[in-house]
Amino acid sequence: MRLLREGLRGSKGWGPAWRMPDPKPRYDVIIIGGGGHGLATAYYLAKNHGIKNVAVIEKGWLGGGNTGRNTTAIRSNYYYPESAALYEMSLKLYEGLSRELNYNIMFSQRGMMVLTHSEPEMEMAARTVNAMQLNGTDAELLDVAEVRKRAPLLNFRSDARFPIHGAVWQGRGGTGRHDAVAWGYARAADMLGVDIIQNCEVTDIITEGGRATGVATNRGEIRADRIGAAVAGHSSVLAGMAGFALPIHSYALQAFVSEPLKPVLDTVAFSPSYGTYVSQSDKGGLVFGGALDRVPSYGQRGNMPVQEQVVSGLAEMVPAFAKVKLLRHWAGIVDVTPDSSPIIGPSGVDGLYLNCGWGTGGFKAIPAGGYLFAHLLATSGHHEVSRPFDLDRFTTGRLIDEGAASGIAH
Amino acid sequence: MQLFPCPFCGLRDEREFSFAGEAGKARPSATRDVSDADWANYLHMQRNEKGPVREVWCHLPCQEYFVMERNSVTMEVLGTTTLRKDPS
Repeated sequence: MRLLREGLRGSKGWGPAWRMPDPKPRYDVIIIGGGGHGLATAYYLAKNHGIKNVAVIEKGWLGGGNTGRNTTAIRSNYYYPESAALYEMSLKLYEGLSRELNYNIMFSQRGMMVLTHSEPEMEMAARTVNAMQLNGTDAELLDVAEVRKRAPLLNFRSDARFPIHGAVWQGRGGTGRHDAVAWGYARAADMLGVDIIQNCEVTDIITEGGRATGVATNRGEIRADRIGAAVAGHSSVLAGMAGFALPIHSYALQAFVSEPLKPVLDTVAFSPSYGTYVSQSDKGGLVFGGALDRVPSYGQRGNMPVQEQVVSGLAEMVPAFAKVKLLRHWAGIVDVTPDSSPIIGPSGVDGLYLNCGWGTGGFKAIPAGGYLFAHLLATSGHHEVSRPFDLDRFTTGRLIDEGAASGIAH
Repeated sequence: MQLFPCPFCGLRDEREFSFAGEAGKARPSATRDVSDADWANYLHMQRNEKGPVREVWCHLPCQEYFVMERNSVTMEVLGTTTLRKDPS
């Protein structure tokens, strides 16, 4: 209704979707990082736990980091039960999110396929599908005919660099509008009383008697009982301020968007062999990406070798796309752990908690990351789903090695 | 392509190089008991600095490992040092 009314009135009646408050000197909880994870955490703190005296501190603008730099794919096709529980929780929350936030996040469950290119890969794919089904995630093994039916433009030639043998299919996977996820959570959190403070960069963590009690920022000191950090690629920098190290390397991950085309691809297609995945956005642009740059970086710019590999991979995977012009290209700084699984838990410094290590897959995990991190900040204890992802797994050796198990690209 | 300097072969394409790890890590001596925390520290914890960094890289064609100092934001290379002792 509002859309119609504003449409007729020339869209002059829109107000800001959230307030721009000055920081108060003290909060119950401060969340550092106004990306999807930080905003979702604030929302669930207020909604699920009744903690509304919360500030989200963002050094730039909301969703200006990895939340606005990913390729918007949402899926839960993981191997280990711990990961399946986490990402499946996220996918389920995404399924109800537009309604919950009263904000259209444009989650389109168009399905995602991971292509296989040999018979041995087909056998591994069958194993993956079986594991996913045992974990309660929807999964199907597709043969070539079924892949062709869903994505006829792919390169099915037998003399292709990597001939297609089949695919792992997750029908509930898809894409969402990444800015809308940040904005939806921001508006909902703001309406519950959370202060969202932009252009406020944390310059130091204040510790007193071994406990983190606040942050120094370019807008003054802010104190809190608990501090949660959801700063992705900059987690190590923040940890350095508090005097500890994390098992994280920061790398640039690139993404690309082409000129808009008429609808040609209505699923997300990923080929580990070509090192490329692609979907088509609602505006018609091809959104695609691939592997990490292999040079540790905070530069938010991609390097040429990976760019060449991803673009040439796409041209081989879907030859019809070879003539499509590239429109935009960028990189985000992702926080990669040794086992490609996230870190949720206490930091080791009292009062400071971590939500990081999502690496190349943080966007799909935003609702669960926020939900579990809010639980941790509110109760000081783990939710059963986040327990395996504690920082202590690097000491105990109980790694959740999805890099090896799911064959994800890093 | 960015060119990285190999101290033995000179400026070469970045694709010829492989990042090996952060410089200055010392493996705990296994002649005494090493705690889980010390192993975790050695195996997994990273400084992961933003700005100037010191890292060990390998030039794949000549298989030499060396220390490269560079800036992790601008990607500018600041210098290299060989890890091999001077043969003379």
